Amino acid sequence: MAQLSYRDAVAAGIAQEMRRDERVVLFGEDTAAAGGVFKTTVGLFEEFGPRRVKDTPISELAILGAAMGAAMTGLRPVAEIMFSDFLACCWDYVANEIAKTRYMSDGQITIPLVIRTANGGGARFGAQHSQSVENWAMAIPGIKVVAPSTPADAKGLLAAAIRDPDPVLFFEHKSLLADKGEVPEGEYVEPLGKAKVLREGKDVTIIALAAMVPRALKAAEALAAESGISATVIDVRSLVPLDARTLLEHSARTGRVFTVEENPRLCGWGAEIASIIQEEAFSALKGPVVRITTPHVPLPASDRLEDAVMPTPARIVAEVKRGLGRTA
Amino acid sequence: MSVTQKAHPVQRSGTLPEATRLQLFRLQVEIRHCEKRAYDLFLQNLVKGTSHLALGQEAVAAGFAAAMNKDDYTFCTYRGHHHTLARGASMLSVLGELMGRQCGLMKGKGGSMHLTSVEHGVMGSYAIVGAHLPIAAGAAWSAQYRGTKQVAVAFFGDGATNIGAFHEALNLAAVWKLPVIFCCENNMYMEYTPISAVTAVKHPAADRAGSYGLERQVIDGNDADIVYSTASDAIAKARSGGGPSLIECLTYRHSGHSRADPAKYRPKEELEEWLKRDPVALYRQRLLAAGVAEAKLAQVEAESMAKLEQATEAAKASPTPAIESAMTDVWADGGNAWRN
Repeated sequence: MAQLSYRDAVAAGIAQEMRRDERVVLFGEDTAAAGGVFKTTVGLFEEFGPRRVKDTPISELAILGAAMGAAMTGLRPVAEIMFSDFLACCWDYVANEIAKTRYMSDGQITIPLVIRTANGGGARFGAQHSQSVENWAMAIPGIKVVAPSTPADAKGLLAAAIRDPDPVLFFEHKSLLADKGEVPEGEYVEPLGKAKVLREGKDVTIIALAAMVPRALKAAEALAAESGISATVIDVRSLVPLDARTLLEHSARTGRVFTVEENPRLCGWGAEIASIIQEEAFSALKGPVVRITTPHVPLPASDRLEDAVMPTPARIVAEVKRGLGRTA
Repeated sequence: MSVTQKAHPVQRSGTLPEATRLQLFRLQVEIRHCEKRAYDLFLQNLVKGTSHLALGQEAVAAGFAAAMNKDDYTFCTYRGHHHTLARGASMLSVLGELMGRQCGLMKGKGGSMHLTSVEHGVMGSYAIVGAHLPIAAGAAWSAQYRGTKQVAVAFFGDGATNIGAFHEALNLAAVWKLPVIFCCENNMYMEYTPISAVTAVKHPAADRAGSYGLERQVIDGNDADIVYSTASDAIAKARSGGGPSLIECLTYRHSGHSRADPAKYRPKEELEEWLKRDPVALYRQRLLAAGVAEAKLAQVEAESMAKLEQATEAAKASPTPAIESAMTDVWADGGNAWRN
């Protein structure tokens, strides 16, 4: 095990796959020589050279279009869209081209590519550089959606995404980039579609994703210490494919379920999960599934305002207690 | 208002071998027959949805397809029947797809606007205007990376030249020196609007070439010989590492934009003039003038018609796809599962 930051783990995951598979190429804006604006691709240009690690113009259409064309003709491209907000510039490729071409071609065309993108708030960048847009992607049949919360998963899930025969949208969370954690050395691949149970409790089940995972864990510790409430915390990790079995099993065990979502309220990923749980584990529930989300507003820039709208450990604690009828 | 475009054909010395010319003639005739049949099948309500015919644009498809290698890549728009046929997909598989039958190229899952035949190098037909230009650039990059000497050709209409993807693709292809040819079929109308009314330059594709360091090329897209020669040069250049080309082919669609469009916005005189420049009729006259026997040409036409009749009957007899197929091939494992 090595101690790596989340951003270094991203680079480690890409490097691991580029070493084992000549078909893997990496490109995006400032991705090569500069090592990425978030420094998630540092050292790759030096190790693999300009043939395999390329800088592109600010042309999101060209980036995803070229990635698709390369993927359908034998390469395994890893394309970077600098901020996930910019996916809106090239959403045609995500929604209409990359996700649907396999189906429309009756399986003649396969598109094994990864779109990496920096997602999420907490950096005080304002509404066009801070969004959590996983739910945009999961609404489209034909694209996998992955969002790691730890350095180990950043490496292992990214490696799996690159090996996957289908297109994967891989969300790297901006506010987690500096976090350090144990990352297995050597070849490390973590399968897609497996949720991870991070702690088990008997009273409530908290389901979180990406930057909301460490916040949910903090909330769980506080609930235990201050109120004697024992919480299970699950990191969803992959929205598509979704490990519904694990979520259902642990929801049924406690009967009280809370989702913690960074996305704005409407149609957030937790809505789909709440729907599944209420449909398939209804008899085990002791109360409604409660969604804790950013309210339905664009993210403000000011630190005070941004902190006020994104779910915090304190808000998670308060919502869980309110849900259990234990208003402090 | 109408502007009759004058072609500025590239002058070529010498003529093509007769075998090549007969191939060009055959391809154009087959496309013409098949597109007319597609229209007839609409009238019989055997083709549903929409369709964008390429009647009048056969020479572009024939000229390029004849100049391409079997393993080169074609990327089409929703107006892509002609290119798909020209690369070798059967009339049965194309008509069957239009009719939503099991015998269709994609077994009814794509339809008229998405014809795809990977075994013939047709890497898809894309119905979002301009989207396939960057995709073709990516395929060309892949060929360059793998060192296969393949080239990619993206065909698009004049309407695509005002969309961002056109410009992003040209720039990237030029910067990376990709083996890709961008072929604009300028049929003078972006859907229902004259392209000249909404474009800042006279030649919507060629006049933008200089912005990307590319040669300005405008050719007569109704002359299969010129298309073939120009395509051959561009392909040879791309194959030898010389980078991309942008070719604007002047042509005209004989029918409306789509099935729903009677094209009443086009002046009668303009249509008449372009019908006189019908690429298939002109090419037939040229071959006769060059000494090709009438019987030979008639034989090509008869064979094409026989093939068409057979394909039509077989497509009509083909079953519709099994309902279960609607749930397959979302993912590479063949299935559609998004959860456990």
